[in-house]
Amino acid sequence: MGNSSSMLTQYDIEEVQQHCNHTFSQQEIVALYQRFCQLDRNGIGFISSDEFLSVPEFAVNPLSQRLLRMLEGLNFKEFVAFLSAFSSRASLQQKVEFIFKVYDTDGNGKVAFHDMLDILRDLTGQFISEQQREQVLTRVLEEAGYNKDSFLVQSDFMKILGNSGLRMEVEVPVD
Amino acid sequence: MSKLKSSSSELDLDRPNIEDYLPSGSIQEPHGKLCLRDLLDISPTLTEAAGAIVDDSFTRCFKSIPPEPWNWNIYLFPLWCMGVLVRYLVLFPLRVIVLTVGWIIFLSCYIPVHFLLKGHDKLRKKLERCLVELICSFFVASWTGVVKYHGPRPSIRPKQVFVANHTSMIDFIILEQMTAFAVIMQKHPGWVGLLQSTILESVGSIWFNRSEAKDREIVARRLREHIEGADNNPLLIFPEGTCVNNHYTVMFKKGAFELGCTVCPVAIKYNKVFVDAFWNSRKQSFTMHLLQLMTSWAVVCDVWYLEPQNLKPGETPIEFAERVRDIISVRAGLKKVPWDGYLKYSRPSPKHRERKQQGFAESVLRHLEEI
Repeated sequence: MGNSSSMLTQYDIEEVQQHCNHTFSQQEIVALYQRFCQLDRNGIGFISSDEFLSVPEFAVNPLSQRLLRMLEGLNFKEFVAFLSAFSSRASLQQKVEFIFKVYDTDGNGKVAFHDMLDILRDLTGQFISEQQREQVLTRVLEEAGYNKDSFLVQSDFMKILGNSGLRMEVEVPVD
Repeated sequence: MSKLKSSSSELDLDRPNIEDYLPSGSIQEPHGKLCLRDLLDISPTLTEAAGAIVDDSFTRCFKSIPPEPWNWNIYLFPLWCMGVLVRYLVLFPLRVIVLTVGWIIFLSCYIPVHFLLKGHDKLRKKLERCLVELICSFFVASWTGVVKYHGPRPSIRPKQVFVANHTSMIDFIILEQMTAFAVIMQKHPGWVGLLQSTILESVGSIWFNRSEAKDREIVARRLREHIEGADNNPLLIFPEGTCVNNHYTVMFKKGAFELGCTVCPVAIKYNKVFVDAFWNSRKQSFTMHLLQLMTSWAVVCDVWYLEPQNLKPGETPIEFAERVRDIISVRAGLKKVPWDGYLKYSRPSPKHRERKQQGFAESVLRHLEEI
């Protein structure tokens, strides 16, 4: 007689809220849980890559493969934590941290030239040659005071992206 | 040289431009001089991906939206229990009896007519048409179907085709009880398939196979042949290609709209108060779906036969399809969604992603020239 939030107890909701640093309200967490269950069609507790790709809007996104690597095997709590960077309550720091994590595929805290080149390749596809990509990237790096062999760390990202104008927000539909 | 490499994927003229519906500029186009920030800032793309994860218009079309539960308090709950008893123990057996009687009458008339009148085709066709309409009426009665038809009834004329929005296979039965349409359908397994190959074959139906690529041309040819024939039954097509939950419409396939004939739109809207008629083929088999209908109070719906439309001069078949979809959606109060129903079974083509990449690449190259 109730809706599916009866499968999520108040304790569960609070635990998830704690885990994502209160970036989502309890109602939003319930809504995200309904969405999670909707996507996790075979009910195994995490959403497989195939299930993510069955959302056409996600599948046409150029960074979908990268995000899939980060989303693999996440249970609901981790799923909410993943999305916390997109909440309106998330700080600029959290958003920049997320972007850094997308770049830093091996997770060593450093973003190298080839990491940035990889993402640029995802975003431009076959419409620009590899040589031109390297050219553009080297040029803008040098202008910003870095060079081809520099490693960027989180604080560099904060410096480059941290001024106002970074907009990365998603609204969770709450019925 | 900064010559842009052209896209190798050919332009797919099959679908309307999805970019018209989707938020534009997902990859930020840098203004002014290109700096490191412009290349590193992937936030628009990430936002779009996260937005799709949290909610997307495609999945919404196939969600069975449950009605608000109203039986949760102490007065209404016993009433609801009584209702369940009435539905399962009184209505359901009665309906099964009605349906059985209907089948007996139908088969005892149909089989003789089909075999004995082999030579007299015109009479046989006429009788078979009436009998098919009869059995469909029995089906509709077995769900206590209350169908209100609005508009002029379909007439048998050549060079016309009927299109309707699709919620369940019962759409076909509801329309068929008024007029014996020929229909184009996916061949189903089991008892449904048996009915398809025997009875529906006699009203002149056409089969297709979603998974076969070459199938489209064969089907297109057979469609054309059918509408040319003056005394073929009017053809009913569901251009969405799949069942949608009666709150939205997905994109219409252009096949029905490039036959060079008049298109008569039909809009169907079910009243959810009595039962949710959406057949979620991933969740239930058709038998279960029918049983669910037979144990509900009623199937109440409205059917509107709308004004026949023709291809306007200078209009492409795709624009024509969208225009008719608009007419049907407005009449039935459905929201339009820019997705192809077949994405239920397959992935979107890479050209959408490529278009976004192309836009960003072009702006980067422009700045490369300027630096």
